Amino acid sequence: MDFVGLPVPYTMKPRRISEFLIESAIFLAGTISILFVVLIFIFLAKEGFALFRTVSLWDFLAGKDWYPISYPPRFGALPLILGSVWVTLGAILISVPIGVACAVYIAEVAPHWLREILKASVEFLAAIPSIVLGFIGLVTLVPLVQSLFNISTGLTALAGSLMLGFMAMPTIVSIMEDALTAVPRSYREGALALGATHWQAIWRVVMPAASSGVIAAVMLGIGRVIGETMAVMMITGNAARIPTTLLQPVRTMTATIAAEMGEAVQGSPHYASLFAIGIVLFVITFIINLTADFFLHREK
Amino acid sequence: MVTPEMKICRPKVTVKDLSVSYGRLESLRHVSFEVNEFEILGVIGPAASGKTSLLRTFNRLNDENPAFQKTGKILLDGVDIYEKMDLPTLRKKIGMIFALPAPLPLSIFDNIAYGPRLHNVWKTSELEAIVEKSLRAAFLWEEVKDRLKTPAMKLSGGQQQRLCIARSLAVEPEVILFDEPCSGLDPIATAHVEEAMQELKAKYTIILVTNNTKQAARVSDRTAFFLMGELVEIDRTQKIFTVPQDKRTEDYISGRFG
Repeated sequence: MDFVGLPVPYTMKPRRISEFLIESAIFLAGTISILFVVLIFIFLAKEGFALFRTVSLWDFLAGKDWYPISYPPRFGALPLILGSVWVTLGAILISVPIGVACAVYIAEVAPHWLREILKASVEFLAAIPSIVLGFIGLVTLVPLVQSLFNISTGLTALAGSLMLGFMAMPTIVSIMEDALTAVPRSYREGALALGATHWQAIWRVVMPAASSGVIAAVMLGIGRVIGETMAVMMITGNAARIPTTLLQPVRTMTATIAAEMGEAVQGSPHYASLFAIGIVLFVITFIINLTADFFLHREK
Repeated sequence: MVTPEMKICRPKVTVKDLSVSYGRLESLRHVSFEVNEFEILGVIGPAASGKTSLLRTFNRLNDENPAFQKTGKILLDGVDIYEKMDLPTLRKKIGMIFALPAPLPLSIFDNIAYGPRLHNVWKTSELEAIVEKSLRAAFLWEEVKDRLKTPAMKLSGGQQQRLCIARSLAVEPEVILFDEPCSGLDPIATAHVEEAMQELKAKYTIILVTNNTKQAARVSDRTAFFLMGELVEIDRTQKIFTVPQDKRTEDYISGRFG
């Protein structure tokens, strides 16, 4: 009961106050994550854009030579961008078909007991640190690629693609499996009751119904691949040349940043150029995530 | 109007000593009966009496359940559906309408055309004819003819259920199973679906599982009463609802349990 004339507005009763506090706390927590993203981008931009005082944006993105410590230095990031693109494309070509098939098998075909085992192992695969995978790749995959194609070194884009393909697979499988399992049983049964075979029901009803999740899974897999650093640094050979086949050494954007950041003089154009590469990466993953988000929340 | 007595009764579906279980759970025990061609057989009974299980055994959707076991036989026109018929053929002949309308996430047209396409009808003109015919038979054509390309999910519940009926009709089944088709529908939509059923029995044999005893009384020619997995009584609907032979039937239809 409020006393008439008491200067506490109706909305400020004790319960209202606690409600208000909780809401503000939640609001703050939510905005902080946005704030961090914005701050990170501002920081990246501030450091990276310093490069464009000495090099034009075009020369940076389309330049064919990356000699950051020669004199005069050349900051052409094209080999690095293409290195990332090649390795990523290769990885996608490997991981998407296998990942989709694996997810369909787990979600739709496998008997119940096997399903649980498979799901657990796929998630376990996702938990292996990338450096460990890189190490295994270096010891097993690289010699294999070398002897298989009879080339002078196995440290190639192909080795990186294979490795990253395996790293992206758990992401793709587990998200896609969730999407497939979320398809209502009624769709499946409706199709079966009309005389569809198991496969027809999966292909023409379950997959299209889960399409947004399927595409999002692939996108997030790509995101994982393009951002991966340690494993690719160990097994792609790190030669900053424009690759013409998958059987050449390449150097990705991430590996460049990791390898050169330690030596770059702070505030130098070299230093700025690494941040500029960071911006390129940021923009690429941002677009990928945005696309994934678009498909995830697309209205059916 | 053609009454059931005026037709020559020919058994369409014959159930012989059918028992069904899922692991340790017994759901039907030694059930035997016949469904006549061009009749509506109402199947009533309280929850867990085995009604739905019975339907899912008819079109072998139970095969999807690894724990499913059965003994006994189901014959369609004298042919054993478990021994002598492949699944797509069987499910083409025995269509099913589910309790909750379950349109596929496609347009109205594609929902209806889905079945025919599965069975290799691809010509657009042919598909268009099938779609129109099926929608007319399900009393939905007038309501949707101008928006066949819109997603089926946009239809109301009752329209969705009639769409599902049309979808089943499009593959030209011989028997249609209705699994509590009106449980989620309002009285007007229910009336529409029941009207459709009455028309359909001229060409199809219908088995209607329903929780609504009044619906069975309204729609079906004969009614079967199931309790705890056993077939208690099967007879002409009029008889079941006026002079039931079994005390349990009487108790159920008069609302004393269930």
